[in-house]
Amino acid sequence: MKAVVTVVGKDQVGIIAAVCVKLAEYQVNVLDISQTVMQGYFTMMMVVDVTGCTVPLAELVSLMDEMGKDMGLSIRVQREDIFEAMHRI
Amino acid sequence: MFSQKDILATQDMIDKRHLDIRTITMGISLLDCCDTDLDRCCEKIYKKITTYAKDLVKVGCEIEKEFGIPIVNKRISVTPIALVAGSCEADSYVKIAQTLDRAAETCGVNFIGGFSALVQKGATRGDMTLIRSIPEAMATTNKVCASVNVGSTKAGINMDAVAEMGRIIKKTAEITADNDGLGCAKLVVFANAVEDNPFMAGAFHGVGEPECVLNVGVSGPGVVYHALKSVKGQPFDVVAETIKKTAFRITRMGQLVGQEASRRLGVPFGIVDLSLAPTPAVGDSVARILEEMGLEVCGTHGTTAALAMLNDAVKKGGVMASNHVGGLSGAFIPVSEDEGMIAAAESGTLALDKLEAMTCVCSVGLDMIAVPGDTSAATISAIIADEAAIGMVNSKTTAVRIIPAPGKVVGDRVEMGGLLGSAPVMPVHGESSADFIARGGRIPAPIQSLKN
Repeated sequence: MKAVVTVVGKDQVGIIAAVCVKLAEYQVNVLDISQTVMQGYFTMMMVVDVTGCTVPLAELVSLMDEMGKDMGLSIRVQREDIFEAMHRI
Repeated sequence: MFSQKDILATQDMIDKRHLDIRTITMGISLLDCCDTDLDRCCEKIYKKITTYAKDLVKVGCEIEKEFGIPIVNKRISVTPIALVAGSCEADSYVKIAQTLDRAAETCGVNFIGGFSALVQKGATRGDMTLIRSIPEAMATTNKVCASVNVGSTKAGINMDAVAEMGRIIKKTAEITADNDGLGCAKLVVFANAVEDNPFMAGAFHGVGEPECVLNVGVSGPGVVYHALKSVKGQPFDVVAETIKKTAFRITRMGQLVGQEASRRLGVPFGIVDLSLAPTPAVGDSVARILEEMGLEVCGTHGTTAALAMLNDAVKKGGVMASNHVGGLSGAFIPVSEDEGMIAAAESGTLALDKLEAMTCVCSVGLDMIAVPGDTSAATISAIIADEAAIGMVNSKTTAVRIIPAPGKVVGDRVEMGGLLGSAPVMPVHGESSADFIARGGRIPAPIQSLKN
């Protein structure tokens, strides 16, 4: 099962590192990353494989959200299907 | 990989445009709960609902979290109680309503629909008992919704039932006067009621439905409104195309969530209801969509045409996104639940007569409308008859959910709270319809019912 991780917020040192370390902690594999900084705002999208995730997806959603709040970022994890459904026929 | 644009567009719709799944509604058949003993019947009903729907809310919340899309309501609809309770030796079904309320409470859902009777051609003893139980049932329960079908294209209009429902609505308003007649917000009178409607207050689980089924209602007036802002001043061809594309996206999400929920609950997936259901929140209004098309205020000349186009484009966009479309499927125009409608009604531009015209081209009918407390039962019945006639002749669902707010006059406001919103009291015609309603009997089915 794949999920999309979206990270948005003010740019700072170590965002990618922190997010990746956290994901690795729960055995979430990163498949693809795209990232930009626009006018000081950091936007990153990752496609990750959560098949081997050691916690239920709903819990991962909460954990990443909490971590985001601590860093002043918005971090979301959503199942890939929702984007597939909305943007592909 | 998806483009950043696609991902951000979806998140933007959810965060800023109020995109959500309005409801996942589990339909449960109670036909096997019949019993001659009322208490035993209640017991069976409670047990069945709380067994089938025990995981509904939990699964709903899980999906919400995993997909990052709000599912605003989790609800239950049941077989029309008049059918289930018909064999009970009882002269009131209030106890059953209270049982439904308790079951809804246990399951954690916010509404349960199906305290209903289908009397389009005539009423059985059970139907009459149910109808007479409605006022007390509405006053003594929080989550139970009642509906009565009084007409259909096939059967015509049961004018005795129409007359009775005028009185029942008045009584329900009076008995819940402390809450501005809130009981009436949970009571809807239909023509051509559908069996798989996931939306309240009119949801019930029809007899043609399976043992248990999951239906989904999507929403998204805010998303449509926002999309139309990007095509300002352009011809209607462009407007229709834009609405279709937006409706497609919204519906696909409903389909996805419905399938996922039905898989997890082990219940067959029924339908997606392609409705634009507004909420009182700013930016989630159907009226504002119509205004965005170029009308100064919703209710002015052109409103019916705008709504007809909107309704049609929503269906065309949605129908390809879902494998089974059903329910009411059309734009809703509930006055109290739509911030733009409230404003239009308060400014006096949107009147009851215009709303009636609008119901000819959309789903569902005169919905969540407050009228003065001294409106007579006959006038309410006449309003119901008008709506039922529109439904009957046009082979569509129409409904009346009207609140004759006790002690209130035109210019006052009725506060319902939550998703039900607040309704400005709208004027009705003062001239009497009493002799018309007093005739009773049945309006014959129209010629267009003879299709065989």
